[in-house]
Order: sequence, then C-alpha cells, then structure tokens
Amino acid sequence: MFLKFSLRSVFYGAGGGNDIQWCFSQVKGAVDDDVAEADIISTVEFNHSGELLATGDKGGRVVIFQQEQENKIQSHSRGEYNVYSTFQSHEPEFDYLKSLEIEEKINKIRWLPQKNAAQFLLSTNDKTIKLWKISERDKRPEGYNLKEEDGRYRDPTTVTTLRVPVFRPMDLMVEASPRRIFANAHTYHINSISINSDYETYLSADDLRINLWHLEITDRSFNIVDIKPANMEELTEVITAAEFHPNSCNTFVYSSSKGTIRLCDMRASALCDRHSKLFEEPEDPSNRSFFSEIISSISDVKFSHSGRYMMTRDYLSVKIWDLNMENRPVETYQVHEYLRSKLCSLYENDCIFDKFECCWNGSDSVVMTGSYNNFFRMFDRNTKRDITLEASRENNKPRTVLKPRKVCASGKRKKDEISVDSLDFNKKILHTAWHPKENIIAVATTNNLYIFQDKVN
Amino acid sequence: MLSKGLKRKREEEEEKEALAVDAWWLDSGHPAVAQAPQPVASSSLFDLSVLKLHHSLRQSEPDLRHLVLVVNTLRRIQASMAPAAALPSVPTPPTAPGAVDNLLTSSDAALSASMASLLEDLSHIEGLSQAPQPLVDEGPPGRPTGGAPPSLGALDLLGPATGCLLDDGLEGLFEDIDTSMYDSELWAPASEGHKSSPEGGPGKEEAPELDEAELDYLMDVLVGTQALERPPGPGR
Repeated sequence: MFLKFSLRSVFYGAGGGNDIQWCFSQVKGAVDDDVAEADIISTVEFNHSGELLATGDKGGRVVIFQQEQENKIQSHSRGEYNVYSTFQSHEPEFDYLKSLEIEEKINKIRWLPQKNAAQFLLSTNDKTIKLWKISERDKRPEGYNLKEEDGRYRDPTTVTTLRVPVFRPMDLMVEASPRRIFANAHTYHINSISINSDYETYLSADDLRINLWHLEITDRSFNIVDIKPANMEELTEVITAAEFHPNSCNTFVYSSSKGTIRLCDMRASALCDRHSKLFEEPEDPSNRSFFSEIISSISDVKFSHSGRYMMTRDYLSVKIWDLNMENRPVETYQVHEYLRSKLCSLYENDCIFDKFECCWNGSDSVVMTGSYNNFFRMFDRNTKRDITLEASRENNKPRTVLKPRKVCASGKRKKDEISVDSLDFNKKILHTAWHPKENIIAVATTNNLYIFQDKVN
Repeated sequence: MLSKGLKRKREEEEEKEALAVDAWWLDSGHPAVAQAPQPVASSSLFDLSVLKLHHSLRQSEPDLRHLVLVVNTLRRIQASMAPAAALPSVPTPPTAPGAVDNLLTSSDAALSASMASLLEDLSHIEGLSQAPQPLVDEGPPGRPTGGAPPSLGALDLLGPATGCLLDDGLEGLFEDIDTSMYDSELWAPASEGHKSSPEGGPGKEEAPELDEAELDYLMDVLVGTQALERPPGPGR
C-alpha cells in the first residue's frame, strides 16, 4: 500500500487531491468558437474571502462575479457566481515619443483585504497600475428642496416649504471608480503586482525592475530591484514574476528567465540587488538540450498561504521550494513531460514561450496548474496523487463529476486516452485560481471561465 | 524601431511563407527533431532562431523575455556549430546559397552588434522618455523614481494619452536616432534582406526587399502621418 503511494502515476479513479470529486458548476463567456480577441481572459483572481472572483481580459475590462449566498435549504451545491460588476479598467494608449501602442490587456489583478463596506483591487496593464474601488449603493436621497426628482433645478422662487431629504431604498447598483493611478514608473512591461502584508505598500515588477509603492502615493515609487545592465549588450536575463511574502512585510521574491528565484530582504539595503537567498536547481545533464534555458524560465511564483514554501512553474513542471533550502526544490511535479520530445516543434510555433500560472489550495495541500488541450492538472502533496481534468462545454452538466483525462505519450493508445499529436496547442489554460477557503476553482480557457466545485453530498 | 506597424504585417506574411516552406524539417523523421540533446544543431534550427530573433527585434516594442531567450538559445546553437568546418548546403529560402556560411563566420560579432545596437536604441528611447532618470540614477540606492517625471520641456510626456506632439522638435528628434540597425550586417543574409552585408558583395544577386531610399521614404511618411492620425482604436 505504501509502495503504491510512492509511485507517482496518474490516478484513474474518481478524485485525486484529497479524494475530491470535482464537478462542473458554471461556465462564463461566449459559446461560439470564434474568439473575439478582446475577450481573451488574461487574469483570474479570487478575493480574500472568496466571495468575489475577478477576471481581466485583453480588451482592458474587469468582470467581477459574486457568489450568491448559500441557500440553506437547498444545500446541494455552494452558491453560484453571478456578474457583480463590469468596468473598463484600462484603455489602449499611444506613447507618442516611442511611437508605440500600449496594450490595454490586464496582466494582473490583486485584491486588497476588505476594510470597510467597499472592495478594492489593483489592476495593471503593461505600464500603468490602477486602484479601483467597488462599492454598492442601495439607497438614494429623495426630497431635495432645490432639485426635482429627475435632477432638474427648481426655480427658487417656487420653494415655499423646506423638508429634510431622506434615504429611500433603490435597486442595488455596483459602482467601480478609479481611486489611484500609478503611472510612468515602468519602462518595460509589468508582469507582476503584489500587495504587502502591511496592506499599505505593494510592488510592481517589469522585465528589469521592481518598484515599491505606497497605496496612497501615486507620484513616486521606490526602485528596489534593478537588473538592467549598464551595457544592454550584456542582457541575458529578465525578471519574470515577483511576490511579497504573505507574512513578512520585509521579504519578497522574484523569479528569472534563467530559472532562478531570489529572495530579498528590504531591511538589508534600500536597493535589493543583492539577494538574501538564491534558489536554483542544478541542471540535469541527461536532459540537456538547446531549449534547456527556455524551459527552465519561470513563468509564475506563488508563496504558500503559510509562508513556509513557495511554488514555481516552469514550462514542464511545478516545483515546491522550502524557503530554508536553496539548492533544490523539495517537491517536483511533472505537468506534461510528454512534451519534452516535442520541444523543437513547440519552439517553432512559440508555444514553448507560453507562461502558465499555478496556485495553491487554501490549506496548501494541493497545487494546480494548466496545460494544453484545455487540460489542467492538480497535485496532492500529501498523497502524491495527481489528476488531469478538462475544461470543456461538452458533457458538462452541473454536478456531473469530471472524468479524469490521460495523455498517451507513445505506444499503443488505450481507449479514452488522447495522443500527444492530437493535443490542441491553441487551447491553453494559463490562468487558474483556487478559492481561499473552499474547494471551488476557477479555470480560464481562452475566452471562457469555468467554475468547478467539489461534490457536496 | 519607429512605428513598425506598417511593415510588420507584410513581413509576418512573408515569414509565415518562409516557415511553411521550411516546415519539412519538422517531420518527425527528420534528424533535426531527434531527441535532445543534440551534439550539433542543424543549420535549420539555427536559421529558425535567427528568423525568430529578427522577428522579435522588428516588433515596435520587443518582448524582452522572448528576445533574451531566443538570443541565448541562438548563442548555444552557434557555440555547438562553431567547430563545424563545413556545413551541408541546406537550401533554405530566402537565404542565398553560401550565405549561411557567411552568416556563421560573421554572425557572432554581428549578432552581438545588431542586438546591442537595438537594445541600445531601447535604452536610448528610455533615456529620452524619462529624462530625469539618469540624474536620479546617481543618487543613493532605493531612490525614488519619478512616478510622474517633472516637466521635461520640449519632451513633456506626462500622461500617455496627452497626445502632445512636439512641433518642430519631432523632426530634430528623428535626426538623432541611431540608424545603425538599418546597417545591420546580420539582417542581409538571414532575412529578406535589408542592406548588403559587408561580406556579401558580388555573389549576392538577390535584391534587398527594402533599400535605403525606401526606408527613408517610409520614415518620412510615418513622421508625417503620426502628426495627423489618431491612434488606432481598440479591437484591432
């Protein structure tokens, strides 16, 4: 029995990941196959309570879904997510000096913890970060003395009595308003934003620099990492992701295109060009190829909720690192090892440069990441079981358990397996998110958002 | 570098054609796609990488990560090919026969030079658009960078959407732009051909796609149209 658990084989039966049975819940977005470019989802993020789920798209829009309150009588499923607010976060811009168009695509959304009735989130495109306030209005004042109900001003001479305006209920209106705009601090493309555990500052990272901001101050930021060489001819490495530690407000990490992660302590010096720790796994000589560097490039880095571990995603694998051990990860999970023999083709069609994200579940026991053919993978760190599931509209009725998928790398393809050559490399799942407290996941295909839940008996 | 939007579309089609023709090497039976690691890369992999680099550099704002990864991969391939005395003559359009050898002998220096010059252009532009930054760079580490740079005079660019074009300054600005990328040796043999390479001389019969006069004309057109046109709207 223990021997079985020590082999990392794809698990066939229902579940995988704490024996969770994942069921289709909802899908959002257009049904037709013709994808409008503006609708391509570029980021997905739950807020701290999990009640709200935000998506950003290539057209610069943010759509927020809200989980409806559980109906205690009908406890067959958790609340559904319905559209709560939609707003245009970023517009396309034109940089006249460089003669460049600045894309409005939302690269990242990060929620602030809720402090009052309103919700706040940061959204960013390649160059500008914005702080949005999302607030509800369900009352409005009525009975003005100088204005009619429709807003027209009354002739003051017709006013004969005075009354005190009162608040009356109205249909719920959700308003999004930009409260801060943090602009002009990044020459290169912003790939990450991360809010500090002090809830006062946040960092933004582009290809070569990381800046530290105060949420209240927009006209100034501190540069805390700068890897731009004096001579650009010597440029061989870029920053690919950055994140603050969830508990230590002085600590952050950033990953690079060479597969390294640097942990920095802001107390050590103002400019954190010298890392406190450098996490790097030596290259496996038996797997060396011309593409070794490209596939080692880290596309995402995420701290565990506990703060003790961090997870990195490179092209073929997910690695879990213990912050106390720099020379190798403590766990490595192969996402789609069958692609290793196809790297040449994937280099030719640029798929090898795809940037997949990864995420932890609320208890840090399971990690999830996306793959091709609208497949996504989950790895249970305790049982060492993994599962491959598909986000597809076919055969997905609410509360039907998802059927595990398997890719046949070579040799005889079994029934229900799919061969590597049949995979659709245009259907990639780059963005996934896990509810902070429950087993609810959001998985983004190109232009659809799927929500899956575990089966509630 | 300056508004490649017009050029890009045409080249993308041409490159797609080039890649389609080259696709024969992707056949699983072809040695080029044999299992990694390969002790010596085929020249088609080298050409592919050069094509990618070329395409990446031609973007109006190159994806730096993509660029850096392609360059590093290209250097690796070059390093493995360097000891090879003679290459099999692989007919890969649009390179002329023999141009691949020319490319190899000159490429390392040329690669560095062209990449350097283009990346210098990037930082040159950065220097222009964030004029206070070089000054602030001298200060103590952890320096505050201008969230909104103080007034830059003629180069005032506060807010990307202000749309303030320089009046007479624009012409003068372009005069100072480093045009070394148009002189890049690398591009002539590897791509559709910009200008003649230093090595390329009598042997190269194929006409470059865009000669110097055409480039100058194109730049003039772009400078003129930028003053008139609104930026393209969403949904492009």
